[in-house]
Amino acid sequence: MSVISSFSPVDPNHLGHDNLSLGTEWAAPGRGEGGPASKSVIVSFGFWIFLLSDIVMFSAFFAAFQVVAGNAADMAPSFDLSNVAIETGCLLLSSFLCGVASLCANRRRLLGTEIFLLLTGVLGAVFLTLEIREFVGLIQQHQGPADGAYYSAFFALVGCHGLHVTVGLLWLGTMMAQIFTKGFRHDVIRRLTCFSLFWHALDIVWVAIFSLVYLMRFTP
Amino acid sequence: MSQRGIEEEREGDVGPGLELEGQEDTTRGLRSYLIGFALAVALTAASFWAVRTHAIYGPGVSIALITLAIAQMGIHLVFFLHITTGPDNTNNVLALIFGVLIVCLVVFGSLWIMTNLNHNMMPMKMLMDMQR
Repeated sequence: MSVISSFSPVDPNHLGHDNLSLGTEWAAPGRGEGGPASKSVIVSFGFWIFLLSDIVMFSAFFAAFQVVAGNAADMAPSFDLSNVAIETGCLLLSSFLCGVASLCANRRRLLGTEIFLLLTGVLGAVFLTLEIREFVGLIQQHQGPADGAYYSAFFALVGCHGLHVTVGLLWLGTMMAQIFTKGFRHDVIRRLTCFSLFWHALDIVWVAIFSLVYLMRFTP
Repeated sequence: MSQRGIEEEREGDVGPGLELEGQEDTTRGLRSYLIGFALAVALTAASFWAVRTHAIYGPGVSIALITLAIAQMGIHLVFFLHITTGPDNTNNVLALIFGVLIVCLVVFGSLWIMTNLNHNMMPMKMLMDMQR
């Protein structure tokens, strides 16, 4: 293994190898000894870094919201808790089904993958519909983004998450089409992995939103 | 050709969200998603229960909410994103820790600075009087 991999066509110039200890070399991609990591690992790690930076961006919105909400708590509207509960349930179930879809894709089951991706998308669309309905209701009661600092911060934070879900739904549709037309090619599988990471990360952000933005309003 | 070689080699590091392929790995993966889903539902229900019940001491409810939220984020990371503490996950965990550090700096730093400013700022009436 060690001798073969030291002459592997992947790394012809031995950039990732400790050439002095050919005999004791062990396969450790990414640690400077076994050559570069596989492409799926590199892609999903890179996407993981993007997701973390996206979460850092959300944290700035959270900080702004917390500062404003602490000073303008009396401005806050009375949110509909059952609506938030349904939204949360939709997104959580959608995240779970997305995971099941990626398991189906790993076993190269076309029908199962497409069905579970479709269910993921339907639940995401239900979430988005409920959120837009809530936004429209607020704006009609003159509690829109231009009606005070609290609402600006609220719409910026929750709206940004909703925008991410919208982009995720577009991406989901693209992935379903690509799996259908191109089959389970390595690059399509990598994109699907990135998509499911994205979808799970959106659920993590939503956990913070429903806890800190909505439920915090109801603390005694 | 080399492309295939890379794809098949799975030793060493594992990226986030990458499952292993194969029959028993699928059942294991499904079990992991099911456990994660059940725990997440339980924690979500606990959060919604915490604000409705009067069983929790009033000022403690917000702390309960924050704790439950952090716990649920951990559940999502472990069971949905498959971030583990194994040696093949070192890079993922390091990136995560760095991300958490920046998030904490941004959130707590902003809150700290703004409360401090709030504290030190003159009441608006005094400020108005001075400008006369």
